Amino acid sequence: MVVMKMKFPFQKRVKLAQGLWLLSWCATVAGATTFSLGCLLKTELRRRSEVMDNSDIHIVPNTLMIVGLASLGINYFASKICQDALDAGRFPRWKNFLKPYFAVSCFFTVLMLLAVIMSYAMKGSLESSLKAGLRNGIRFYKDTDTPGRCFQKQNIDRLQMEFQCCGNNDFRDWFEVQWISNRYLDFSSKEVKDRIKSNVDGRYLVDGVPFSCCNPSSPRPCIQYHLTNNSAHYNYDYQTEELNIYLRGCREALVNYYMGLMNTIGVGVLSVFLLQGSVLVSLRFLQTSMEAVAGEENTEIETEGYLLEKGVKETIMEYLDPVLTFLLLKNQVEEGTTGETPATT
Amino acid sequence: MAVGKITFTKTEREKLAEVLWLLNWISVLTGVILFGLGLFLKIEIQKWQEVMSEQGILYVPHMLITTGLAACGINYLGSKICLDCADTNKFLRWKLVMMPYIVCTFCFTACVLAGALLCYTIRSQLEQSLYLGLRSAMRFYKDTDTPGRCYLKKTLDMLQIQFQCCGNTDYRDWFHIQWISSRYLDMTNSAVVDRVRSNVEGKYLMDSVPFSCCSTLSSSPCIQHNLSNPAAHRHYDQQSQQLNLWRRGCQQALLDHYTGIMQSIALTVLLIWLFELLVLTGVRYLQTAMENVIRLGDPESESEGWILENSLAETACYNFNIIKNLGKCYQVDEDPNINIPTAAADQEVPPLQVRVSVTS
Repeated sequence: MVVMKMKFPFQKRVKLAQGLWLLSWCATVAGATTFSLGCLLKTELRRRSEVMDNSDIHIVPNTLMIVGLASLGINYFASKICQDALDAGRFPRWKNFLKPYFAVSCFFTVLMLLAVIMSYAMKGSLESSLKAGLRNGIRFYKDTDTPGRCFQKQNIDRLQMEFQCCGNNDFRDWFEVQWISNRYLDFSSKEVKDRIKSNVDGRYLVDGVPFSCCNPSSPRPCIQYHLTNNSAHYNYDYQTEELNIYLRGCREALVNYYMGLMNTIGVGVLSVFLLQGSVLVSLRFLQTSMEAVAGEENTEIETEGYLLEKGVKETIMEYLDPVLTFLLLKNQVEEGTTGETPATT
Repeated sequence: MAVGKITFTKTEREKLAEVLWLLNWISVLTGVILFGLGLFLKIEIQKWQEVMSEQGILYVPHMLITTGLAACGINYLGSKICLDCADTNKFLRWKLVMMPYIVCTFCFTACVLAGALLCYTIRSQLEQSLYLGLRSAMRFYKDTDTPGRCYLKKTLDMLQIQFQCCGNTDYRDWFHIQWISSRYLDMTNSAVVDRVRSNVEGKYLMDSVPFSCCSTLSSSPCIQHNLSNPAAHRHYDQQSQQLNLWRRGCQQALLDHYTGIMQSIALTVLLIWLFELLVLTGVRYLQTAMENVIRLGDPESESEGWILENSLAETACYNFNIIKNLGKCYQVDEDPNINIPTAAADQEVPPLQVRVSVTS
């Protein structure tokens, strides 16, 4: 049975074609916007790629860029089709083009929605990627003389200052790592030797943090070393001190930043999705109502337009059959040959 | 002889009017740009106004803002006038307004040029203002509990981090002031008391700097204390000393930042000034051409347009005399008792001598 049948008198058809032409140009601009939003997101992710362990999250901006480019093409053809729609002589040449066109357009429009869903679903993946990346960054902080890791210190310092965060989960991550290189340790000093001996791995661990963890909003000069030792500093209680260093972890800061960015982009992409969907629906109505006019002498009669000729399930099967037959084609040929040979013998 | 005389046919006059209408609309846009530039400069200066000693420098963005708004108004009026100028009848409406309008536009164009030149000359005043402002900001760095100065520490730290600078002229400026508040000094500690006593003014001075002076480019953890004694630190050679802290002074950093902004703004304003000059010249030609057409009486004929009717020297003398006589007209005495020999008395017509012919 037909899905969503509507009557279209001549004037309504004309209005539909005009409205669709305008809508398709708006959707073209929206498609370009989607592409640029994808580029923006990719640039932002690449800026912090040194603290990300893998680039799985890049699938979101990549999808947005592909969908943006595809929608430019889709809407260009939509505007061309609706320009020819009202002309009975020019419309028939689009006849064979429309079925694959609708299939491809629906695919890319659904992909747009999928991209938004993915941006929420991949939060966990982003978080684990940042966790591993930051852990490595903190571990290699001191290796400014090792090729390939020279800039870890600079990157982590800049990250902590820009995002106002300290460490991976919080500032205590710095207590578990030797972040002062052996080059700058005086091994003749008793204090240094004791500290190294007290540790199983022979690492120089301190209850101190790098200068980039310091909070400029603190009313007192920054206390970086002996953070857990109240008696080392005058008028200092580390359990109540909140403004001295940043208490937030960098993983949380970065996840919040990227999720905020993707939420904002997601809202924009959802509205583009709705616009694109309305373009396709209008085009389908225009196509079906104009097809009923074809062959008639009086082109100004009232016709019916519909979304789907058969039900939803049957239409999906109709589209999937060619794909399935193509995939199963090889097997069918093989079956045919094996079936024949016993018959001939 | 006239300055810059050109002959215009009727079609040329109409074309000129159309082109000037378009140019005036573009000038409205450039006026908006000028306004935007002034606003941008004002915001940039206000961002760091706490480290500037006086706000006198704000007159540069204020001038740009007012000039931008004036440009929009004048050029909008100009576009209306130029549109009507193609037709002699409509031009008569604007005839009386034209001359004041051109004088106004000339003054305004001079203001635009003045604005551009100001941007170049403001540097020395800015330098002085920054030096004094930074010096007092550093002195009040520790006063985070004094109302009105609570946020100077945060401002100065953010400044040093963002502009990658340390101190006023360089990092040693921090050695001469007490930047650690007495609230955080243990006065029972003999080392602290000795240090305070060793200083004439009783200040706690150290050869150390705040954390915001630390450079991110350094390969070693930041060395903030005992800076005058390189031997106290392990592996602290000449190169490490160069990279450890930011070498540049904040006065120089801010000066470079603002000079860069104002040079770009001055360049843009100069280009806008040249464009305005072009529009002004076009409007002057159109005005004189239309006036000459009206004087000749025939709207279809050719007419001449010029920038100045007489040479520059004669026009200057003429205008100067007008200004001189403006002052003089109120000096004439109205007292009726004083006999002022008027020229009218000499020109009195003598009584008509009628010759009567006597006929005998």
